[in-house]
Amino acid sequence: MISRLKVRHGSGIREANTYLGQKYIVADSSLIPELLQVLRDQEQFDYCVDITAVHYLDRERQFELIWILYSFPHNERIRVKARFADGESVPSVVPIWPAANWLEREVYDMFGIRFGGHPDLKRILLPDGWKGHPLRKDYGIIQQDQEWVQINLGIESGQ
Amino acid sequence: MTDRTSHLELEQHEKTFLDSNELIINMGPQHPATHGVLRVILKLDGEKVLGTECVIGYLHRGVEKIAEHRTYTMFNPYVDRMDYVAAVSNGLGYCEAVEKLLSAEAPPRAKYIRVILTELNRLASHMLWLGTHALDIGAITPLFYTFRDREEILKIFEKYCGARLTTHAFRIGGCVYETYEGFEREVKKFLDFVAPKIDEYEELLTTNRIWVERTKGVGKISAKECIALGVTGPVLRASGVKWDLRKAQPYAAYADFDFEIPIGQNGDTYDRYIVRMQEMRQSLRIIEQAVGKIPDGPIMAKVPKVMKPPVGEIYHSIEAPKGELGYFIVSDGSTQPYRVRVRPPSFVNLQALDMMVRGQLVADVIAVIGTLDIVLGEVDC
Repeated sequence: MISRLKVRHGSGIREANTYLGQKYIVADSSLIPELLQVLRDQEQFDYCVDITAVHYLDRERQFELIWILYSFPHNERIRVKARFADGESVPSVVPIWPAANWLEREVYDMFGIRFGGHPDLKRILLPDGWKGHPLRKDYGIIQQDQEWVQINLGIESGQ
Repeated sequence: MTDRTSHLELEQHEKTFLDSNELIINMGPQHPATHGVLRVILKLDGEKVLGTECVIGYLHRGVEKIAEHRTYTMFNPYVDRMDYVAAVSNGLGYCEAVEKLLSAEAPPRAKYIRVILTELNRLASHMLWLGTHALDIGAITPLFYTFRDREEILKIFEKYCGARLTTHAFRIGGCVYETYEGFEREVKKFLDFVAPKIDEYEELLTTNRIWVERTKGVGKISAKECIALGVTGPVLRASGVKWDLRKAQPYAAYADFDFEIPIGQNGDTYDRYIVRMQEMRQSLRIIEQAVGKIPDGPIMAKVPKVMKPPVGEIYHSIEAPKGELGYFIVSDGSTQPYRVRVRPPSFVNLQALDMMVRGQLVADVIAVIGTLDIVLGEVDC
Protein backbone atom coordinates (compact mmCIF):
# COMPACT_ATOMS: atom_id res chain seq x y z
CA MET A 1 0.00 0.00 0.00
CA ILE A 2 2.78 2.39 0.96
CA SER A 3 4.58 1.79 -2.32
CA ARG A 4 1.36 2.45 -4.23
CA LEU A 5 0.95 5.72 -2.36
CA LYS A 6 4.57 6.67 -2.96
CA VAL A 7 4.24 6.08 -6.69
CA ARG A 8 1.21 8.32 -6.77
CA HIS A 9 2.37 11.09 -4.45
CA GLY A 10 6.13 10.87 -4.70
CA SER A 11 8.11 12.90 -2.22
CA GLY A 12 4.91 14.26 -0.65
CA ILE A 13 4.99 11.20 1.60
CA ARG A 14 7.83 12.19 3.89
CA GLU A 15 7.81 9.16 6.08
CA ALA A 16 5.91 5.90 6.23
CA ASN A 17 6.78 3.78 9.19
CA THR A 18 5.55 1.75 12.10
CA TYR A 19 6.02 2.48 15.79
CA LEU A 20 5.14 -0.17 18.36
CA GLY A 21 3.38 -2.06 15.59
CA GLN A 22 1.23 0.87 14.50
CA LYS A 23 1.45 2.29 10.99
CA TYR A 24 1.73 5.97 10.33
CA ILE A 25 2.36 8.25 7.40
CA VAL A 26 3.85 11.71 7.65
CA ALA A 27 2.63 13.65 4.63
CA ASP A 28 3.20 17.05 3.21
CA SER A 29 0.38 19.41 4.16
CA SER A 30 -0.27 20.06 0.47
CA LEU A 31 -1.34 16.42 0.06
CA ILE A 32 -4.30 16.90 2.39
CA PRO A 33 -7.10 16.13 1.58
CA GLU A 34 -6.20 14.26 -1.66
CA LEU A 35 -4.21 11.63 0.21
CA LEU A 36 -7.08 11.03 2.63
CA GLN A 37 -9.53 10.77 -0.26
CA VAL A 38 -7.29 8.14 -1.88
CA LEU A 39 -6.99 6.25 1.39
CA ARG A 40 -10.76 6.03 1.63
CA ASP A 41 -11.55 5.33 -1.99
CA GLN A 42 -8.67 3.08 -3.02
CA GLU A 43 -7.38 1.61 0.23
CA GLN A 44 -10.80 1.20 1.85
CA PHE A 45 -10.17 3.19 5.01
CA ASP A 46 -13.89 3.73 5.39
CA TYR A 47 -14.00 4.74 9.05
CA CYS A 48 -12.51 7.97 10.35
CA VAL A 49 -11.82 7.09 13.96
CA ASP A 50 -10.51 10.39 15.20
CA ILE A 51 -9.09 13.72 14.17
CA THR A 52 -6.89 15.56 16.59
CA ALA A 53 -3.95 17.93 16.82
CA VAL A 54 -0.80 18.39 18.86
CA HIS A 55 0.70 21.81 19.50
CA TYR A 56 4.49 22.28 19.34
CA LEU A 57 5.31 25.85 20.33
CA ASP A 58 8.94 25.75 19.24
CA ARG A 59 8.32 24.51 15.71
CA GLU A 60 7.95 26.73 12.74
CA ARG A 61 4.79 24.89 11.72
CA GLN A 62 3.24 24.68 15.14
CA PHE A 63 0.42 22.22 14.66
CA GLU A 64 0.55 18.57 13.85
CA LEU A 65 -2.80 17.30 12.64
CA ILE A 66 -3.53 13.61 13.05
CA TRP A 67 -6.15 11.60 11.25
CA ILE A 68 -6.68 8.14 12.70
CA LEU A 69 -8.30 5.85 10.15
CA TYR A 70 -9.58 2.31 10.22
CA SER A 71 -10.49 -0.05 7.43
CA PHE A 72 -13.35 -2.46 8.09
CA PRO A 73 -12.52 -4.71 5.10
CA HIS A 74 -8.85 -5.08 6.12
CA ASN A 75 -9.15 -4.71 9.92
CA GLU A 76 -6.28 -2.26 9.80
CA ARG A 77 -5.49 1.11 11.29
CA ILE A 78 -3.34 3.92 10.03
CA ARG A 79 -2.43 7.39 11.24
CA VAL A 80 -1.85 10.23 8.81
CA LYS A 81 0.06 13.21 10.12
CA ALA A 82 0.74 16.59 8.57
CA ARG A 83 2.10 19.86 9.91
CA PHE A 84 0.40 23.21 9.58
CA ALA A 85 1.40 26.70 10.59
CA ASP A 86 -0.60 28.79 13.06
CA GLY A 87 -3.38 30.55 11.18
CA GLU A 88 -3.14 28.25 8.19
CA SER A 89 -6.39 26.70 7.07
CA VAL A 90 -6.62 22.91 7.08
CA PRO A 91 -8.83 21.35 4.40
CA SER A 92 -11.92 19.81 5.96
CA VAL A 93 -12.56 16.10 5.44
CA VAL A 94 -16.30 16.31 6.14
CA PRO A 95 -17.03 15.57 2.44
CA ILE A 96 -14.96 12.37 2.80
CA TRP A 97 -16.18 11.21 6.21
CA PRO A 98 -19.28 12.94 7.71
CA ALA A 99 -17.95 11.82 11.12
CA ALA A 100 -15.32 14.56 10.84
CA ASN A 101 -17.90 17.28 11.46
CA TRP A 102 -17.84 17.33 15.27
CA LEU A 103 -14.24 16.14 15.46
CA GLU A 104 -13.04 19.13 13.44
CA ARG A 105 -15.22 21.46 15.48
CA GLU A 106 -13.54 20.14 18.60
CA VAL A 107 -10.06 20.69 17.14
CA TYR A 108 -11.08 24.23 16.17
CA ASP A 109 -12.48 24.84 19.65
CA MET A 110 -9.43 23.52 21.47
CA PHE A 111 -6.61 24.72 19.18
CA GLY A 112 -8.09 27.49 17.04
CA ILE A 113 -7.25 25.63 13.84
CA ARG A 114 -9.65 26.58 11.06
CA PHE A 115 -10.93 23.96 8.65
CA GLY A 116 -11.58 25.26 5.16
CA GLY A 117 -14.80 23.95 3.68
CA HIS A 118 -16.33 22.81 6.97
CA PRO A 119 -20.12 23.24 6.78
CA ASP A 120 -20.60 24.77 10.23
CA LEU A 121 -17.32 25.54 11.93
CA LYS A 122 -17.97 26.89 15.41
CA ARG A 123 -17.07 26.01 18.96
CA ILE A 124 -18.53 22.81 20.31
CA LEU A 125 -17.53 22.38 23.95
CA LEU A 126 -16.76 25.93 25.05
CA PRO A 127 -19.26 28.80 24.80
CA ASP A 128 -19.31 30.73 21.50
CA GLY A 129 -18.06 33.99 22.97
CA TRP A 130 -15.06 32.45 24.78
CA LYS A 131 -11.63 33.88 24.01
CA GLY A 132 -8.68 31.54 23.69
CA HIS A 133 -8.14 27.92 22.75
CA PRO A 134 -7.29 25.86 25.83
CA LEU A 135 -5.26 22.99 24.40
CA ARG A 136 -2.61 25.30 22.98
CA LYS A 137 0.57 24.96 24.96
CA ASP A 138 0.67 28.70 25.74
CA TYR A 139 -2.74 28.54 27.41
CA GLY A 140 -2.30 28.05 31.17
CA ILE A 141 -4.05 25.29 33.03
CA ILE A 142 -5.99 27.69 35.26
CA GLN A 143 -6.31 30.36 32.62
CA GLN A 144 -9.83 31.42 31.72
CA ASP A 145 -11.71 34.11 29.89
CA GLN A 146 -12.29 36.40 32.91
CA GLU A 147 -14.47 38.79 30.98
CA TRP A 148 -16.77 36.02 29.79
CA VAL A 149 -17.04 34.57 33.27
CA GLN A 150 -17.86 37.95 34.80
CA ILE A 151 -20.49 38.87 32.23
CA ASN A 152 -22.15 35.49 31.84
CA LEU A 153 -21.83 33.91 35.26
CA GLY A 154 -21.91 37.11 37.31
CA ILE A 155 -18.93 36.07 39.43
CA GLU A 156 -15.45 37.55 39.76
CA SER A 157 -13.58 34.44 38.82
CA GLY A 158 -14.21 30.81 38.13
CA GLN A 159 -11.06 29.77 39.96
CA MET B 1 -25.18 29.80 27.93
CA THR B 2 -27.38 32.24 26.11
CA ASP B 3 -24.78 33.32 23.61
CA ARG B 4 -24.92 30.07 21.67
CA THR B 5 -26.25 30.74 18.21
CA SER B 6 -27.79 27.93 16.32
CA HIS B 7 -28.12 27.62 12.59
CA LEU B 8 -31.69 26.54 13.24
CA GLU B 9 -32.44 29.73 15.12
CA LEU B 10 -30.84 31.83 12.42
CA GLU B 11 -32.93 30.14 9.75
CA GLN B 12 -36.04 30.88 11.81
CA HIS B 13 -35.25 34.60 12.01
CA GLU B 14 -35.00 34.84 8.28
CA LYS B 15 -38.42 33.33 7.75
CA THR B 16 -41.56 35.40 7.26
CA PHE B 17 -44.76 35.15 9.28
CA LEU B 18 -46.23 32.86 6.65
CA ASP B 19 -44.07 29.97 7.87
CA SER B 20 -45.66 30.01 11.28
CA ASN B 21 -46.20 26.26 11.33
CA GLU B 22 -42.50 25.73 11.99
CA LEU B 23 -41.53 25.88 15.59
CA ILE B 24 -38.19 25.87 17.35
CA ILE B 25 -38.25 24.38 20.81
CA ASN B 26 -35.54 23.76 23.29
CA MET B 27 -35.05 20.47 25.10
CA GLY B 28 -32.68 20.48 28.02
CA PRO B 29 -30.03 21.07 29.27
CA GLN B 30 -32.06 20.32 32.40
CA HIS B 31 -34.35 17.56 31.25
CA PRO B 32 -34.82 14.14 32.85
CA ALA B 33 -34.75 12.29 29.52
CA THR B 34 -31.51 13.74 28.20
CA HIS B 35 -29.49 11.71 30.73
CA GLY B 36 -27.46 14.66 31.88
CA VAL B 37 -26.84 18.15 30.64
CA LEU B 38 -27.58 17.78 26.95
CA ARG B 39 -29.41 20.55 25.14
CA VAL B 40 -31.17 19.68 21.91
CA ILE B 41 -32.71 22.40 19.79
CA LEU B 42 -35.61 20.93 17.87
CA LYS B 43 -37.13 22.36 14.75
CA LEU B 44 -40.66 21.06 14.49
CA ASP B 45 -43.58 20.99 12.14
CA GLY B 46 -46.33 20.04 14.54
CA GLU B 47 -45.10 16.82 16.11
CA LYS B 48 -42.68 16.06 13.29
CA VAL B 49 -38.98 16.75 13.72
CA LEU B 50 -37.50 18.71 10.82
CA GLY B 51 -34.05 19.06 12.28
CA THR B 52 -32.09 19.05 15.50
CA GLU B 53 -28.97 20.55 16.85
CA CYS B 54 -27.12 19.33 19.90
CA VAL B 55 -25.53 21.86 22.19
CA ILE B 56 -22.96 20.20 24.39
CA GLY B 57 -20.09 21.16 26.63
CA TYR B 58 -21.95 21.88 29.88
CA LEU B 59 -19.94 19.19 31.61
CA HIS B 60 -16.61 19.97 29.97
CA ARG B 61 -13.83 19.67 32.53
CA GLY B 62 -10.80 19.82 30.29
CA VAL B 63 -9.65 16.27 30.96
CA GLU B 64 -7.13 16.42 28.09
CA LYS B 65 -5.59 19.62 29.43
CA ILE B 66 -5.36 18.20 32.94
CA ALA B 67 -3.50 15.17 31.56
CA GLU B 68 -0.69 17.37 30.29
CA HIS B 69 -0.09 18.61 33.82
CA ARG B 70 -0.13 15.27 35.64
CA THR B 71 2.21 12.32 35.58
CA TYR B 72 1.05 9.16 33.83
CA THR B 73 0.12 7.60 37.16
CA MET B 74 -1.62 10.68 38.51
CA PHE B 75 -3.87 10.94 35.48
CA ASN B 76 -5.19 7.41 35.92
CA PRO B 77 -8.08 8.25 38.30
CA TYR B 78 -9.26 11.11 36.08
CA VAL B 79 -10.31 8.80 33.26
CA ASP B 80 -12.88 7.17 35.55
CA ARG B 81 -14.80 10.44 35.53
CA MET B 82 -15.47 10.39 31.81
CA ASP B 83 -17.93 7.55 31.37
CA TYR B 84 -18.74 7.36 35.04
CA VAL B 85 -21.09 4.41 34.67
CA ALA B 86 -18.32 2.34 33.05
CA ALA B 87 -15.27 3.58 34.92
CA VAL B 88 -13.53 0.20 34.80
CA SER B 89 -13.51 0.24 30.98
CA ASN B 90 -12.03 3.72 30.88
CA GLY B 91 -9.28 2.67 33.24
CA LEU B 92 -8.53 -0.46 31.23
CA GLY B 93 -8.12 1.52 28.02
CA TYR B 94 -5.85 4.08 29.59
CA CYS B 95 -3.65 1.58 31.45
CA GLU B 96 -3.22 -0.57 28.33
CA ALA B 97 -2.36 2.46 26.22
CA VAL B 98 0.40 3.56 28.61
CA GLU B 99 1.63 -0.03 28.94
CA LYS B 100 2.00 -0.20 25.16
CA LEU B 101 3.93 3.05 25.22
CA LEU B 102 6.21 1.59 27.90
CA SER B 103 6.43 -1.74 26.02
CA ALA B 104 5.21 -3.42 29.19
CA GLU B 105 2.53 -6.05 29.50
CA ALA B 106 0.27 -6.92 32.39
CA PRO B 107 0.78 -10.47 33.77
CA PRO B 108 -1.84 -13.12 32.82
CA ARG B 109 -3.45 -13.07 36.25
CA ALA B 110 -3.97 -9.32 36.08
CA LYS B 111 -5.40 -9.66 32.57
CA TYR B 112 -8.02 -12.13 33.79
CA ILE B 113 -8.99 -9.94 36.73
CA ARG B 114 -9.27 -7.05 34.29
CA VAL B 115 -11.55 -9.00 31.97
CA ILE B 116 -13.83 -10.10 34.80
CA LEU B 117 -14.22 -6.60 36.22
CA THR B 118 -14.59 -4.98 32.80
CA GLU B 119 -17.31 -7.40 31.78
CA LEU B 120 -19.09 -6.92 35.10
CA ASN B 121 -18.92 -3.22 34.35
CA ARG B 122 -20.36 -3.76 30.88
CA LEU B 123 -23.28 -5.54 32.54
CA ALA B 124 -23.72 -2.69 35.01
CA SER B 125 -23.61 -0.13 32.21
CA HIS B 126 -26.14 -2.02 30.09
CA MET B 127 -28.41 -2.48 33.11
CA LEU B 128 -28.37 1.23 33.83
CA TRP B 129 -29.05 1.90 30.15
CA LEU B 130 -31.99 -0.51 30.10
CA GLY B 131 -33.57 0.89 33.24
CA THR B 132 -33.35 4.53 32.20
CA HIS B 133 -34.19 3.91 28.54
CA ALA B 134 -37.33 1.99 29.49
CA LEU B 135 -38.23 4.68 32.00
CA ASP B 136 -37.96 7.36 29.30
CA ILE B 137 -40.32 5.41 27.09
CA GLY B 138 -42.81 4.94 29.91
CA ALA B 139 -42.04 1.56 31.47
CA ILE B 140 -41.16 2.23 35.08
CA THR B 141 -40.67 -1.30 36.41
CA PRO B 142 -37.43 -2.27 34.62
CA LEU B 143 -35.64 0.57 36.39
CA PHE B 144 -36.26 -0.99 39.80
CA TYR B 145 -35.29 -4.43 38.55
CA THR B 146 -32.05 -3.31 36.93
CA PHE B 147 -30.97 -1.08 39.80
CA ARG B 148 -31.59 -3.88 42.25
CA ASP B 149 -29.36 -6.23 40.27
CA ARG B 150 -26.72 -3.65 39.38
CA GLU B 151 -26.26 -3.17 43.10
CA GLU B 152 -24.80 -6.68 43.33
CA ILE B 153 -22.11 -5.75 40.79
CA LEU B 154 -21.27 -2.57 42.68
CA LYS B 155 -20.93 -4.62 45.86
CA ILE B 156 -18.29 -6.77 44.16
CA PHE B 157 -16.45 -3.63 43.01
CA GLU B 158 -16.63 -2.15 46.48
CA LYS B 159 -15.27 -5.30 48.04
CA TYR B 160 -12.49 -5.49 45.46
CA CYS B 161 -11.24 -1.91 45.44
CA GLY B 162 -13.28 0.09 47.93
CA ALA B 163 -15.16 2.17 45.39
CA ARG B 164 -18.46 1.60 43.64
CA LEU B 165 -18.46 3.96 40.67
CA THR B 166 -15.15 5.69 40.06
CA THR B 167 -13.25 2.56 40.87
CA HIS B 168 -9.65 3.24 39.78
CA ALA B 169 -9.37 -0.55 39.85
CA PHE B 170 -6.33 -0.95 37.59
CA ARG B 171 -2.86 0.48 37.55
CA ILE B 172 -0.39 0.88 34.72
CA GLY B 173 1.30 -2.52 34.60
CA GLY B 174 -1.50 -4.64 36.05
CA CYS B 175 -3.73 -4.51 39.09
CA VAL B 176 -2.84 -3.18 42.48
CA TYR B 177 -5.27 -5.29 44.49
CA GLU B 178 -5.25 -9.05 44.79
CA THR B 179 -8.69 -10.64 44.60
CA TYR B 180 -10.30 -10.87 48.00
CA GLU B 181 -11.05 -14.08 49.84
CA GLY B 182 -14.02 -15.74 48.15
CA PHE B 183 -13.94 -13.49 45.06
CA GLU B 184 -14.42 -16.36 42.60
CA ARG B 185 -17.24 -17.82 44.67
CA GLU B 186 -19.05 -14.50 44.88
CA VAL B 187 -18.71 -13.79 41.18
CA LYS B 188 -20.03 -17.26 40.35
CA LYS B 189 -22.91 -16.73 42.76
CA PHE B 190 -23.66 -13.46 41.04
CA LEU B 191 -23.69 -15.16 37.62
CA ASP B 192 -26.24 -17.71 38.83
CA PHE B 193 -28.27 -14.89 40.35
CA VAL B 194 -28.30 -12.59 37.37
CA ALA B 195 -28.86 -15.00 34.43
CA PRO B 196 -32.58 -15.52 35.22
CA LYS B 197 -32.91 -11.80 35.93
CA ILE B 198 -31.98 -10.95 32.34
CA ASP B 199 -34.75 -13.29 31.19
CA GLU B 200 -37.02 -11.41 33.55
CA TYR B 201 -36.18 -8.06 31.92
CA GLU B 202 -36.89 -9.59 28.54
CA GLU B 203 -40.23 -10.94 29.78
CA LEU B 204 -41.19 -7.39 30.71
CA LEU B 205 -40.26 -5.83 27.39
CA THR B 206 -39.41 -8.04 24.42
CA THR B 207 -43.00 -8.86 23.45
CA ASN B 208 -44.63 -5.99 25.31
CA ARG B 209 -46.89 -4.31 22.76
CA ILE B 210 -46.26 -0.77 23.93
CA TRP B 211 -42.49 -1.33 23.99
CA VAL B 212 -42.49 -2.86 20.52
CA GLU B 213 -44.59 -0.05 19.04
CA ARG B 214 -42.42 2.61 20.61
CA THR B 215 -39.16 1.06 19.44
CA LYS B 216 -39.66 -0.88 16.17
CA GLY B 217 -38.71 1.22 13.16
CA VAL B 218 -37.75 4.15 15.40
CA GLY B 219 -34.41 5.89 14.87
CA LYS B 220 -33.28 3.71 12.01
CA ILE B 221 -29.68 3.90 10.89
CA SER B 222 -28.09 1.73 8.24
CA ALA B 223 -24.68 0.09 8.44
CA LYS B 224 -23.34 2.42 5.76
CA GLU B 225 -24.52 5.49 7.63
CA CYS B 226 -23.06 4.19 10.88
CA ILE B 227 -19.63 3.73 9.31
CA ALA B 228 -19.73 7.13 7.59
CA LEU B 229 -20.60 8.80 10.89
CA GLY B 230 -18.08 6.78 12.88
CA VAL B 231 -20.78 5.21 15.05
CA THR B 232 -19.54 2.14 16.92
CA GLY B 233 -20.61 -0.23 19.65
CA PRO B 234 -24.06 -1.81 19.96
CA VAL B 235 -25.53 0.83 17.60
CA LEU B 236 -23.26 -0.33 14.78
CA ARG B 237 -23.86 -3.99 15.55
CA ALA B 238 -27.64 -3.53 15.58
CA SER B 239 -27.30 -2.30 12.00
CA GLY B 240 -25.81 -5.63 11.03
CA VAL B 241 -22.06 -5.06 11.22
CA LYS B 242 -20.38 -7.90 13.08
CA TRP B 243 -17.60 -5.81 14.53
CA ASP B 244 -16.39 -5.80 18.08
CA LEU B 245 -12.88 -4.74 19.04
CA ARG B 246 -12.70 -7.61 21.52
CA LYS B 247 -12.71 -9.92 18.46
CA ALA B 248 -11.32 -7.66 15.73
CA GLN B 249 -8.21 -6.60 17.62
CA PRO B 250 -8.23 -8.54 20.88
CA TYR B 251 -6.73 -6.86 23.93
CA ALA B 252 -6.37 -7.92 27.59
CA ALA B 253 -7.17 -11.66 27.65
CA TYR B 254 -10.18 -11.61 25.31
CA ALA B 255 -8.52 -13.90 22.78
CA ASP B 256 -8.76 -16.75 25.35
CA PHE B 257 -12.54 -16.76 25.56
CA ASP B 258 -15.31 -18.11 23.49
CA PHE B 259 -18.15 -15.67 22.85
CA GLU B 260 -20.39 -14.43 20.08
CA ILE B 261 -20.97 -10.97 18.68
CA PRO B 262 -24.74 -10.43 18.64
CA ILE B 263 -25.99 -8.42 15.67
CA GLY B 264 -29.31 -7.02 14.48
CA GLN B 265 -30.67 -6.42 11.01
CA ASN B 266 -32.89 -3.36 11.01
CA GLY B 267 -30.77 -0.85 12.89
CA ASP B 268 -33.78 0.42 14.82
CA THR B 269 -34.29 1.05 18.52
CA TYR B 270 -35.77 -2.41 19.02
CA ASP B 271 -32.79 -4.16 17.46
CA ARG B 272 -30.39 -2.15 19.58
CA TYR B 273 -32.34 -3.28 22.62
CA ILE B 274 -32.11 -6.93 21.54
CA VAL B 275 -28.38 -6.60 20.78
CA ARG B 276 -27.62 -5.17 24.21
CA MET B 277 -29.68 -7.84 25.93
CA GLN B 278 -27.72 -10.53 24.11
CA GLU B 279 -24.46 -8.77 24.88
CA MET B 280 -25.29 -9.03 28.56
CA ARG B 281 -25.60 -12.80 28.17
CA GLN B 282 -22.31 -12.94 26.28
CA SER B 283 -20.64 -10.98 29.08
CA LEU B 284 -21.89 -13.61 31.51
CA ARG B 285 -20.31 -16.27 29.29
CA ILE B 286 -16.97 -14.48 29.30
CA ILE B 287 -16.98 -13.96 33.07
CA GLU B 288 -17.93 -17.59 33.62
CA GLN B 289 -14.98 -18.81 31.55
CA ALA B 290 -12.56 -16.33 33.10
CA VAL B 291 -13.47 -16.84 36.72
CA GLY B 292 -12.98 -20.60 36.46
CA LYS B 293 -9.37 -20.35 35.36
CA ILE B 294 -7.73 -17.25 36.76
CA PRO B 295 -4.02 -18.11 36.43
CA ASP B 296 -1.71 -17.88 39.43
CA GLY B 297 1.19 -15.51 39.52
CA PRO B 298 1.96 -11.87 40.02
CA ILE B 299 -0.64 -9.18 39.35
CA MET B 300 1.79 -6.42 38.55
CA ALA B 301 4.40 -6.25 35.78
CA LYS B 302 7.77 -4.70 36.45
CA VAL B 303 7.17 -1.06 35.61
CA PRO B 304 9.30 1.79 36.91
CA LYS B 305 7.93 3.86 39.79
CA VAL B 306 8.72 7.02 37.84
CA MET B 307 7.40 6.40 34.37
CA LYS B 308 9.19 8.02 31.46
CA PRO B 309 7.95 6.37 28.27
CA PRO B 310 10.32 6.82 25.32
CA VAL B 311 9.51 9.59 22.86
CA GLY B 312 6.72 8.43 20.60
CA GLU B 313 3.02 8.10 20.27
CA ILE B 314 0.40 5.42 20.57
CA TYR B 315 -3.26 4.93 19.77
CA HIS B 316 -4.97 2.20 21.70
CA SER B 317 -8.67 1.51 21.75
CA ILE B 318 -10.98 -0.90 23.48
CA GLU B 319 -14.60 -1.96 23.12
CA ALA B 320 -16.23 0.06 25.89
CA PRO B 321 -19.95 -0.59 26.59
CA LYS B 322 -20.80 2.36 24.34
CA GLY B 323 -18.40 1.73 21.48
CA GLU B 324 -14.79 2.32 20.55
CA LEU B 325 -12.99 4.15 23.34
CA GLY B 326 -9.57 5.25 22.17
CA TYR B 327 -6.58 6.94 23.76
CA PHE B 328 -3.99 8.72 21.67
CA ILE B 329 -0.97 9.53 23.82
CA VAL B 330 2.10 11.48 22.78
CA SER B 331 5.17 11.11 24.96
CA ASP B 332 8.07 13.56 24.94
CA GLY B 333 10.15 11.34 27.18
CA SER B 334 9.25 13.16 30.39
CA THR B 335 7.14 12.01 33.32
CA GLN B 336 4.07 13.78 32.00
CA PRO B 337 2.29 13.03 28.75
CA TYR B 338 2.81 15.71 26.12
CA ARG B 339 -0.70 15.18 24.83
CA VAL B 340 -3.54 12.83 25.67
CA ARG B 341 -6.45 12.65 23.32
CA VAL B 342 -9.50 10.68 24.33
CA ARG B 343 -11.75 9.42 21.57
CA PRO B 344 -15.02 9.07 23.44
CA PRO B 345 -17.63 6.78 21.86
CA SER B 346 -20.58 8.79 23.23
CA PHE B 347 -19.37 12.01 21.59
CA VAL B 348 -19.07 10.46 18.15
CA ASN B 349 -22.27 8.42 18.45
CA LEU B 350 -24.31 11.45 19.52
CA GLN B 351 -23.50 13.05 16.18
CA ALA B 352 -25.86 10.53 14.56
CA LEU B 353 -28.85 11.82 16.55
CA ASP B 354 -29.86 14.40 13.96
CA MET B 355 -29.89 11.88 11.13
CA MET B 356 -31.79 9.32 13.20
CA VAL B 357 -34.67 11.56 14.29
CA ARG B 358 -35.36 13.60 11.16
CA GLY B 359 -38.94 13.01 10.06
CA GLN B 360 -39.87 11.27 13.29
CA LEU B 361 -41.93 12.45 16.24
CA VAL B 362 -40.80 14.44 19.27
CA ALA B 363 -41.43 11.44 21.50
CA ASP B 364 -39.04 9.44 19.32
CA VAL B 365 -36.24 11.89 20.08
CA ILE B 366 -36.45 10.71 23.67
CA ALA B 367 -36.31 7.08 22.55
CA VAL B 368 -33.32 7.73 20.29
CA ILE B 369 -31.32 9.61 22.92
CA GLY B 370 -31.93 6.63 25.19
CA THR B 371 -30.98 4.05 22.60
CA LEU B 372 -27.72 5.82 21.73
CA ASP B 373 -26.71 5.23 25.35
CA ILE B 374 -24.72 8.39 25.85
CA VAL B 375 -23.10 9.55 29.06
CA LEU B 376 -22.59 13.28 29.11
CA GLY B 377 -19.45 13.06 31.18
CA GLU B 378 -17.89 11.32 28.22
CA VAL B 379 -19.48 13.47 25.52
CA ASP B 380 -18.05 16.61 27.09
CA CYS B 381 -14.91 15.11 28.67
